[in-house]
Amino acid sequence: MTRAPFAVPGPDSAPPLAVRVPDGAPPIEVRHLTLRYGPFVVMRDLNFAVNRGEVFVIMGGSGSGKSTLLKHLIGLKAPAEGTILIDGEDFGAADAEARKKVLRRMGVLYQNGALWSGLTLAENVALPLTEFTTLGADAIGDVVQFKLALVGLRGFEHFYPAALSGGMRKRAALARAIALDPELLFFDEPSSGLDPVSASRLDDLILEIKASFGTTIVVVSHDLASIYRIADRALFLDIEQKTMTALGNPAEMRDNPPNDAVHRFLTRSSEGVT
Amino acid sequence: MRGTAPVTAEATATLAEIRREDDSLVAVLSGEWNLERPAPRFAQLMESALSAEPTGARKVRAVNVDASALGTWDSSLLIFLRQGQEYCEAHQLEFGTEGVPERIASLLALARVVPERVTDRDEPRLSPVARFGLAGIAAWDAAHVAVTFTGEVIQRGAQLLRGRVRMRWREFWVVVQSNSSGALPIVTLIALLIGVIVAFLGVVVLKRFGAGYYVSYLVGYGMLRELGALMTGIIMAGRTGAGFAAELGSMKITEEIDALSTLGISPIDHLVLPRVLGLFVMMPLLVVYADLVGIVGGMGVSLAMLDLTPTQFVHGMLTAVELSDTLLGVFKATIYGLIIGMAGCMKGLRTGSDAGAVGRSATSAVVLGITLIILANAVIDWLAALLQI
Repeated sequence: MTRAPFAVPGPDSAPPLAVRVPDGAPPIEVRHLTLRYGPFVVMRDLNFAVNRGEVFVIMGGSGSGKSTLLKHLIGLKAPAEGTILIDGEDFGAADAEARKKVLRRMGVLYQNGALWSGLTLAENVALPLTEFTTLGADAIGDVVQFKLALVGLRGFEHFYPAALSGGMRKRAALARAIALDPELLFFDEPSSGLDPVSASRLDDLILEIKASFGTTIVVVSHDLASIYRIADRALFLDIEQKTMTALGNPAEMRDNPPNDAVHRFLTRSSEGVT
Repeated sequence: MRGTAPVTAEATATLAEIRREDDSLVAVLSGEWNLERPAPRFAQLMESALSAEPTGARKVRAVNVDASALGTWDSSLLIFLRQGQEYCEAHQLEFGTEGVPERIASLLALARVVPERVTDRDEPRLSPVARFGLAGIAAWDAAHVAVTFTGEVIQRGAQLLRGRVRMRWREFWVVVQSNSSGALPIVTLIALLIGVIVAFLGVVVLKRFGAGYYVSYLVGYGMLRELGALMTGIIMAGRTGAGFAAELGSMKITEEIDALSTLGISPIDHLVLPRVLGLFVMMPLLVVYADLVGIVGGMGVSLAMLDLTPTQFVHGMLTAVELSDTLLGVFKATIYGLIIGMAGCMKGLRTGSDAGAVGRSATSAVVLGITLIILANAVIDWLAALLQI
């Protein structure tokens, strides 16, 4: 089998450098990262960079460490080995103040929304604004209304999360994630637990946010329909090889798969490349 | 519940037996295979078949299956055949499935499609000594976490006093409300019963020495200095400490705490300080209330069992009890409030991710809270004795 152009170099090769944008370092760069879950090594020697303004999908089978990788990227887990650079700065080594500045530029949509259950939707969206801006109550109210309208939840300001469906909770969580107009937006399995229409609507929102705000978006997903629709590039975590084995446009990878695991994943089949 | 019948050779012999055929063995399957009935174990059948062979018999090279007399079957047969495959692999024998119906063979093949996952542990299997050492390190880490957490809460609390931390006051008032009117019924009941029990014991014992009058000393001194604070602390550890752990544990599982962290909002400021501060404020008030209720309970028993008037009881108590006793009880209450709040929040924030994790956090918050309260009580009493308070 010929090796596809987007196949990842072997472990002995130098880490791939991202396509550098003119204004400097890529927003996210990962170098020689090892993911562990207790004593278990989940993934080894991950090297990739996310380009500014792209939708970058982290894909792989269940248990391949996608969500663990995301937790490293958003600073919830410290790398045991390797480094994560945000705009060229080592995120893991940053002091509390620098870290807070980086986090201020991030928005995260968790798999189950993770809305604060004791707060209404309006309070959920308002909390980042009250913490990080000097806006008055009226101005914050305007932002909250606009963000909720953007995700189709106008009129639900005073609802508590428990009163909403799964899809509505996810959209509300998206409104909270974009409350501060983040430069980096992370999604953990955005379409999980959603019906096809709600999942498609969430994909629309992701593409709309990217197009309108130029936000760099990292999505963890194994939903093929969503991956083909939203991803500019995708990274494949191979559970058998315990490392990344492909990086590139998912449609191109499907048509010219670098290995059997990628082929099986992207064609939803149990057969290898013929 | 359905009982489990003992697996006997007679019960399983009708389902499978091993027969010799040249240099191979044949597992002859028959009868109705049903998960609800005891099934034979392949290794046992093989061992008894091999042990019954005469010495010098030809070496067995393969095991085949004859299913010509097989009736209905379910997973119990598949499990038996899978045991056969594994036995043959372990003993370098060929396992022939040609005599097995196609549907069974394809299911057996399906079970082997995905190879067994080899978990990649970097660490070798540990000796008991190493495990003991690791348990010690884990205990040290837990102590380190507890000290770090306590230090962080104290530091953020100090910064709150200087106006450098923004606390969610709504959470604080919710805790205050929950630990005032919400806690009164249980505090009333327990404090009243404790006062009654102390007075009853006092009356019974002191009357023997003709000193029944002094029961008011016992009730007043015991409630104000020790039991009011201690019992309220234990009640609140079970009620509020467990509640904090369960609440924060649920938030941890639903990633609400992660959501705070990734916004750069400290869970200590946002969740811990309002709870600890709320309990710190409310515990002394609850203890003063419990003291009064306990004394009333004790007085009721004393008046009923002794020839005393309420005035005599109160007067007798006031001659023995000083203001410092009451203040010591209130001081203990503030410490207990901090202990319960911090133990509950710490256990909640360290909740795992499985279904039982919240329950375990709540339980360990109660155990830790009560243990630390009793320890703190002993230390404070010892210091009070040294300082002659």
